[in-house]
Amino acid sequence: MKYLYYPGCSLKSTGRAYEESMLAVFGALDIPLPELHDWNCCGATAYMAISELKAFALCARNFSLAAEQAKGDPDVSLVVPCAACYLGLNKAYRYMHEHPDLKGTIDKALQSAGLGLADGVRVRHPLDVIVNDIGLDKISSKVTSSLAGMKVACYYGCQIIRPYADFDDQQNPTTMNRIMHALGAKTLDWPLKTRCCGGSLTGTIEDVGTRLSYILLREAKLRGADVIVTACPLCQFNLECYQTTIGRMYHDRVDIPVVYFTQLMGMAMGLDAKALGLQRLISPRPVIKEAVPVQGGQHVGA
Amino acid sequence: MSVPENRTNGTPKIGVYICHCGINIANKVNIKETVDFAAKLPYVTVAKEYKFMCSDPGQELIQQDIRAGLIDRVVVASCSPLMHEATFRNATGEGGANPFMFQMANIREHVSWVTFDKDAATVKAKALIAAAVHRVSLHRPLEQTRVPVHPDVLVVGGGIAGIHASLTLANAGKKVYLVEREPTIGGHMAKFDKTFPTLDCSACILTPKMSAVRAHPNITLWTYSEVVGVEGFVGNFKVKVRRKPRYVDEDLCVGCLECIEACIFKKGKFPDEFNQGLSQRKPIYIPFPQATPLVAVIDPETCAHFKTGKCKKPCADACQPGAVKFDQTEEIKEVAVGSVILATGFKAFDAARVGRYGYGKYPNIYTSLEIERLVNAAGPTGGELKMADGRKPKSVGIVHCVGSRDNNTNAYCSRVCCMYSLKLAHLIKERTEAEVYNFYIDMRTPGKGYEEFYERLLKENVHFIRGRVAEINDWAMIDEEKGHLIIRVEDTLIGRVRRVPVDMVVLSVGLEAQPDADAVRRLFNISCSHEGWFLERHPKLAPVSTFTEGIFLAGACQGPKDIPDCVAQAGAAAAEALALIDKGSVELEPNTAFVNEEVCAGCHTCLNVCPYGAISYIKEINKARVNGALCKGCGTCVAACPSGALQQNLFTDEQIMNEIKGVMNHV
Ligand SMILES: Cc1cc2nc3c(=O)[nH]c(=O)nc-3n(C[C@H](O)[C@H](O)[C@H](O)COP(=O)(O)OP(=O)(O)OC[C@H]3O[C@@H](n4cnc5c(N)ncnc54)[C@H](O)[C@@H]3O)c2cc1C
Repeated sequence: MKYLYYPGCSLKSTGRAYEESMLAVFGALDIPLPELHDWNCCGATAYMAISELKAFALCARNFSLAAEQAKGDPDVSLVVPCAACYLGLNKAYRYMHEHPDLKGTIDKALQSAGLGLADGVRVRHPLDVIVNDIGLDKISSKVTSSLAGMKVACYYGCQIIRPYADFDDQQNPTTMNRIMHALGAKTLDWPLKTRCCGGSLTGTIEDVGTRLSYILLREAKLRGADVIVTACPLCQFNLECYQTTIGRMYHDRVDIPVVYFTQLMGMAMGLDAKALGLQRLISPRPVIKEAVPVQGGQHVGA
Repeated sequence: MSVPENRTNGTPKIGVYICHCGINIANKVNIKETVDFAAKLPYVTVAKEYKFMCSDPGQELIQQDIRAGLIDRVVVASCSPLMHEATFRNATGEGGANPFMFQMANIREHVSWVTFDKDAATVKAKALIAAAVHRVSLHRPLEQTRVPVHPDVLVVGGGIAGIHASLTLANAGKKVYLVEREPTIGGHMAKFDKTFPTLDCSACILTPKMSAVRAHPNITLWTYSEVVGVEGFVGNFKVKVRRKPRYVDEDLCVGCLECIEACIFKKGKFPDEFNQGLSQRKPIYIPFPQATPLVAVIDPETCAHFKTGKCKKPCADACQPGAVKFDQTEEIKEVAVGSVILATGFKAFDAARVGRYGYGKYPNIYTSLEIERLVNAAGPTGGELKMADGRKPKSVGIVHCVGSRDNNTNAYCSRVCCMYSLKLAHLIKERTEAEVYNFYIDMRTPGKGYEEFYERLLKENVHFIRGRVAEINDWAMIDEEKGHLIIRVEDTLIGRVRRVPVDMVVLSVGLEAQPDADAVRRLFNISCSHEGWFLERHPKLAPVSTFTEGIFLAGACQGPKDIPDCVAQAGAAAAEALALIDKGSVELEPNTAFVNEEVCAGCHTCLNVCPYGAISYIKEINKARVNGALCKGCGTCVAACPSGALQQNLFTDEQIMNEIKGVMNHV
């Protein structure tokens, strides 16, 4: 099986730390993850809302490129960390399989660009690949600085598990929790792990969006979380970057580090903070302090 | 039955009758064109159309033409043979021809109801009629045999439906075998405190019937037993029943409870199934005080003797009649019956499947079945409803449609939950004086006195909030919500999302088919709907019959229903069985196999595959021969015969090939 990394726009901009940490972690696990050459936009919400066909064709172009790049290997997966890209590409994959006539139309469109339809390329989220392909035992075996003592709020958001729940439970997802347990951390029991972070509303109707973020931040703090872990660049951005605004709006202190699950994996695996893009976060300090290297899985940090 | 000749007698004269079925067929199939088409088919001497062929005048058309010598075989193009094959075979016979000189073309279910384009429907109808004409031209007269109906009846499942059916039959003087899987009969109804809409005490109306079953001379009650084998056919079933060892002799035990007192476990330790695991029982136990039979049972999974072999067995010492018997083994009983009533009931939906409702995660969230036990005076708390911390709940939310009307679980309505939720609301209010909230999608209360019961609950100040609950958790947004379960719901009547904090939640779980329904259906050779309910022969006109003659349905195994409906159905199923018994005999479909001796090479292949031992080898002539009385028409030998010497009446190779030719020639 071959994995190809599909970044999408966020992981090259606001979500840079997600890209860096994920590639570092896959590197440390010896799983080759080359980037898809010449990839294009996933279509995301904007295209989907205006012209589904164009959005699907955009996605399908990425599939064709992937098949070409993986020449000879019929079992090729795009590893897609961004939740919006993951959903967009996954939707295209499903629609193509459910509607053969759509497949035909897309194939024609691709042919005009000198490409052929590749409907066997699968769309996978790194959470899925890590838990189901690589396995938690392997993750545990790579831990050099256990996160024991750290209380983590795993936040899944919406698009990774809804509407499609390909690798986790739709109502009570647990893949991220299980990874955190493998790293030695404790995870928080909180019922908000799939509740909306505000999504793109923070950019359009700010007070509605930030209220949704506030609910999450407040509850995570109330329940004693040391850190919120996300698997989506927009969730991370919303929850971290509006903390000051939210604090002012609601007269409440909601400062809490918000990191990518791959960053905590990297920390536990003893990777360099810089390689994990930790310096790109606004306030990761308390988290870095937590992860003091330990021997024998015993926590000796603050 | 004589071996039919391998060719038709004389030139066939076929009458084709095309039914309009009102507008059911006529609106989609061009009848005129079809009649003209049929008239030109080989051997067709009469082609007619009529509004309703199944009506008396319709059948009369066929009979007149036969009597006038115009035809000697009949094709009716109308509905499914399941609907009217018997009707038209009968009409053919009444007219004076052999009833099997008939073939049906299904142009309703297979054509007009499913093909939307009129031209395409007409083409398809023609092809099916051509097929039937080609086939019937090779039909031969066949004789039906009659076999007597065994007057005994098997009832499977001892819930209210099985109990009522058994008593009805037994009171009519018929002998009944009632087989129940659990150590006691009673089913779900035995667990309830009260029953809607009259709120009469469930035990008060059920236990007299349970004792009547036990005492009735015509009923053989086998609890803790399962049917493991069924053979035969209508009127003549052979049934094997496995009686699991209960390690207590049913004939000797007097139900005095001394053995339970004496058990080395001084207190109950294992989840009590009858109380939904809300209390603990000992390894030797009687499920509840009115259990029928009132006989102890030992659970080998938890009994110290079976686990370790080291127990001193004080239970056996304490038993004066000496009923405790650790060496009991399972017993297989074989009985002959003429008909079967399946009354295996339902299983309550597993609430943990809807993760967002927090069942199993938060304390004080119960299923309706658990609440039935908790409000029951004979239940684990003596009827007191308390929270995990011992306080009485001040507010209780009842969530409807858990596992019903939900495309993620079951799309159908479970029919009884609105009503039992009202009942539970009343009982909870009565026991705790709590504020009670019902969260419903639609209130469904059709039934005698049901809407009035709803009205009554409205007056008892129970709150009704219309909306499907989104989630239940412990996430408090404001201080007032702290320490409560929060029910989040869109109240569709005020158009807002609400958060309702409560102390306790009741999940009104829906009804599902039994997990082993598919295995049971295979055993009895009947069908299931795609949801797993046993399928009735016709939803309106044969609601307690199945597609297998002699097997009837009663109660919730056929679909969600309440007690009054279960009882009505049980009565109907008993009446069907009685009708069969009183008729005394049944006619068998003459679809038996026969050997074409000219072709048979005496290779024995068929002898080895016949499951009924119906084929013998005649040494003198080196040929196989089928005993028509034993043959069940399964067709296995026909498929196995290497030379094609074995053929089956109603399904000869040439009939089937000609039928296919009919289709192919005309599409
Ligand atoms: C919480 C709740 C409250 C309810 N309250 C009311 C009410 O107040 N009023 C009302 O009218 N209805 C009520 N109902 C509906 C009522 O429970 C059913 O209508 C009724 O119990 C169905 O009876 P039954 O005999 O068909 O099935 P069941 O009661 O399910 O009995 C089936 C029996 O068959 C046995 N069985 C199953 N499979 C086999 C097998 N393979 N071999 C042998 N035995 C087998 C079972 O052990 C069981 O004893 C309520 C339902 C629920 C869930």
